[in-house]
Amino acid sequence: MLAYITKRLGLAVLVALTVSILAFMLLYLSGDPALAIAGEGARQADIDMVRKTYGFDQPIIVQFGNWLLKIVQGDLGQSIYFKTDVGKLIFTKLETTLLLAIYALAFALVISVPLGVLAAIYKNSWIDRLCLAVAVVGQAMPNFFFALILIMLFSITWRMLPVSGSDTWQHFVMPAITLGYYAAPAFMRLIRAGMIEVLSADYIRTARAKGLPTRSVIFKHALRNAIVPVVALAAVQLGFLLGGSVVIETIFALDGLGYLAYQSITHKDFPVTQVIVLLLSVIYILLTLASDIANAWLDPRIRVA
Amino acid sequence: MKNSSTAFKAPLAKFSLRSGLLACALAATVAFALPAHAGKKNDTLGFAYDQTPENIDPYFNNVRIGVIIAANVWDTLVYRDPNTNEYKGQLAKSWKQVDDRTLEFDLREGIKFHNGEEFDADSVVYTLNYVSNPANKATTQANVRWIEKAEKLDKYKVRIIMKEPFPAAIDYLATTVAIHPAKYYQEVGPTGMNLKPVGSGPYKVIEHIPGKSLTLERNKDYFKDSPKAQPTIGKVRIRFIPDRQTQMAEVMSGGEDFIMHVPKDQAEKLKSLPQLQVESGNTMRIVFLQMNTREGTPAPQLNDIRVRRAIAHAIDRESILKNIVGGGQIINSICTPSQVGCTSEGVTTYKYDPALAKKLLAEAGFPNGFEVDIMAYRERQQTEAMINYLNAVGIKAKLSFMQYAAMRDLARANKTSLTHQTWGSNLVNDLSASTPVYFGGGSDDVSRNPEVIKLLNEGDNSVELKKRQELYQKALAIIADQAYAVPLWSLPVYYVANKDVKFKPYHDELVRFWEMSWK
Repeated sequence: MLAYITKRLGLAVLVALTVSILAFMLLYLSGDPALAIAGEGARQADIDMVRKTYGFDQPIIVQFGNWLLKIVQGDLGQSIYFKTDVGKLIFTKLETTLLLAIYALAFALVISVPLGVLAAIYKNSWIDRLCLAVAVVGQAMPNFFFALILIMLFSITWRMLPVSGSDTWQHFVMPAITLGYYAAPAFMRLIRAGMIEVLSADYIRTARAKGLPTRSVIFKHALRNAIVPVVALAAVQLGFLLGGSVVIETIFALDGLGYLAYQSITHKDFPVTQVIVLLLSVIYILLTLASDIANAWLDPRIRVA
Repeated sequence: MKNSSTAFKAPLAKFSLRSGLLACALAATVAFALPAHAGKKNDTLGFAYDQTPENIDPYFNNVRIGVIIAANVWDTLVYRDPNTNEYKGQLAKSWKQVDDRTLEFDLREGIKFHNGEEFDADSVVYTLNYVSNPANKATTQANVRWIEKAEKLDKYKVRIIMKEPFPAAIDYLATTVAIHPAKYYQEVGPTGMNLKPVGSGPYKVIEHIPGKSLTLERNKDYFKDSPKAQPTIGKVRIRFIPDRQTQMAEVMSGGEDFIMHVPKDQAEKLKSLPQLQVESGNTMRIVFLQMNTREGTPAPQLNDIRVRRAIAHAIDRESILKNIVGGGQIINSICTPSQVGCTSEGVTTYKYDPALAKKLLAEAGFPNGFEVDIMAYRERQQTEAMINYLNAVGIKAKLSFMQYAAMRDLARANKTSLTHQTWGSNLVNDLSASTPVYFGGGSDDVSRNPEVIKLLNEGDNSVELKKRQELYQKALAIIADQAYAVPLWSLPVYYVANKDVKFKPYHDELVRFWEMSWK
């Protein structure tokens, strides 16, 4: 078990490193950062000054090395655009994004559990097909498009919800639905498959034969067992939802990490973009790692593989 | 297996009915608890903008919204009347040119900043000396680098000394050079100024949540002699909403009252809504097609003046302006028409004439045209329209659409052929802020005509207006005659606002909250 954990941990570190190198390179490909920072009216002298001040005149490998060294020492650097501490900046935005991810996950579970159970019970009927359709649409529809449909309906036609912002819980309703709906199909299919398997198990027949009420059989006996793999998936999906918030936060003007990522990319604010990419990938990797280890602990067969 | 699952159906129907009711109840509570809106009823103008200023301090950002906030929260020494382009005293009562490099200002007395601090010579001297020091890293150096120092003569008299004669100084002092309260600025610096901005303008900042919103309140004690009108709208809430569709949804749903920079086609659709009004205004941003004739240009065909003239004749500017650009106006010189020194008098203009263009190309040895790259970074539809016109005379232009920084990088490395340029002059209403950038011999100059460079340089450093105008006119005439660039049009800006709002668009794209009112 220890060997397995060490191996996974080593792999996780390598993945995080690769992701940050890739992000660093991609930012460079989209144009000279010094030019972008100096702005439209800058003269060559201004640009040279910027280049020197921020160390853009050094080879890219040196810049990357310096940055990594500082990160390891706990210094996340200064934002070029906002001219504040990157750590502080990110910390102030984290709450909104975490809230959004949790609401979205909650929404995903709230719709996927009943629909998954329904689909399993009415297997191969029109209800199952309908649930499948809901899942396919959720997975196939681009979330920015779905967001606009929600805005059209709930804000413009019915005037029920505010279009954008993050002041009250109402502001989180549409973003959470948009993000959660995209994550729901995976849960739905997993629950359906799990329920179908469990419902045909012997102990369910025994429970029913004991004369237990149907509801209690489904929710107490069947669902409890079918939902175990969902917990592991939820951990991974939470990481995915944190990353997926870039588009959603930008559309709904939620002042969180995703919007900060969008801003830092448009302003070529390297230090901020780098730390966000690193942070999100580390969270994602940690969640995946946790679910891997949990699974391995539950099921010894995985450890060998 | 099949019958085991069908046995569960009946009780579940009851279950989903109950959850459906629950959902309805939830939706109902949402509907009753909407957060307070902006609007006439609350005397709060909701203004949504897509970019966030990195710092509210006017010297430490270079985005348009920063300029808008600066004009409403701060005052400058001089004021440029947007209707007549005439300069009036604002914080200064009067001023005079002492010599080529020195301006002297008599300041108004009795003006107070929003925090109660008194305005006097110290405010001017400290602000200017602080921001013009390169070590303090003001973001747009062009706004302040001409200042050598400011000196206090007495409590209400200051001198500003320039590094070299700089006739455009007054225009900078009337637009971008805001005055800060000396004591407060010394204490908190640009970082503190961002968190708690303090100026002397018609609106004061009551709340700033960086990256999210900025709330302004009417300055009831705004000095009566200011050329800016006394503000009437009680509060202005500026929210930063990056997505344009979201901004549009906000004005449609009544969440916000005012947005700008709406694309033409979308603005036209919003016109049909009864609760909204759509206005378009001209801007100082000019558009032109630049041709690289430097040594080693990737398109040596452009070295032939007949080819350059053919390109100018090939593009139907009137038609593109009418059908695609929407507002704005045709320009015939590479400068903003309102700028001091900008003229199209005695300047060659090229009519739309594809037959003549073809003839010129044939004369130059390209009867079947040629292939060329065209680079652009904004207003893509306009570039595509030009490409169609070029194609029609045989010039096959291939579009590379990229970020501004990347395009400028390539231009400076002599790797561009045709570039679809736009330039906003940073609001400065003087030719020295536009034409010399592209023809004055600097790194963005891709024609490098020594005579033009000399004329523009002399114009920039002459104090006498008439002489400057003559020099600039000569330079503009050469540029047009040589067809180094095709002057196209100025860009319009579309504003969408709630019907309740009374406002007037200006060519400098400044939103003047102090002039706005409720209908």
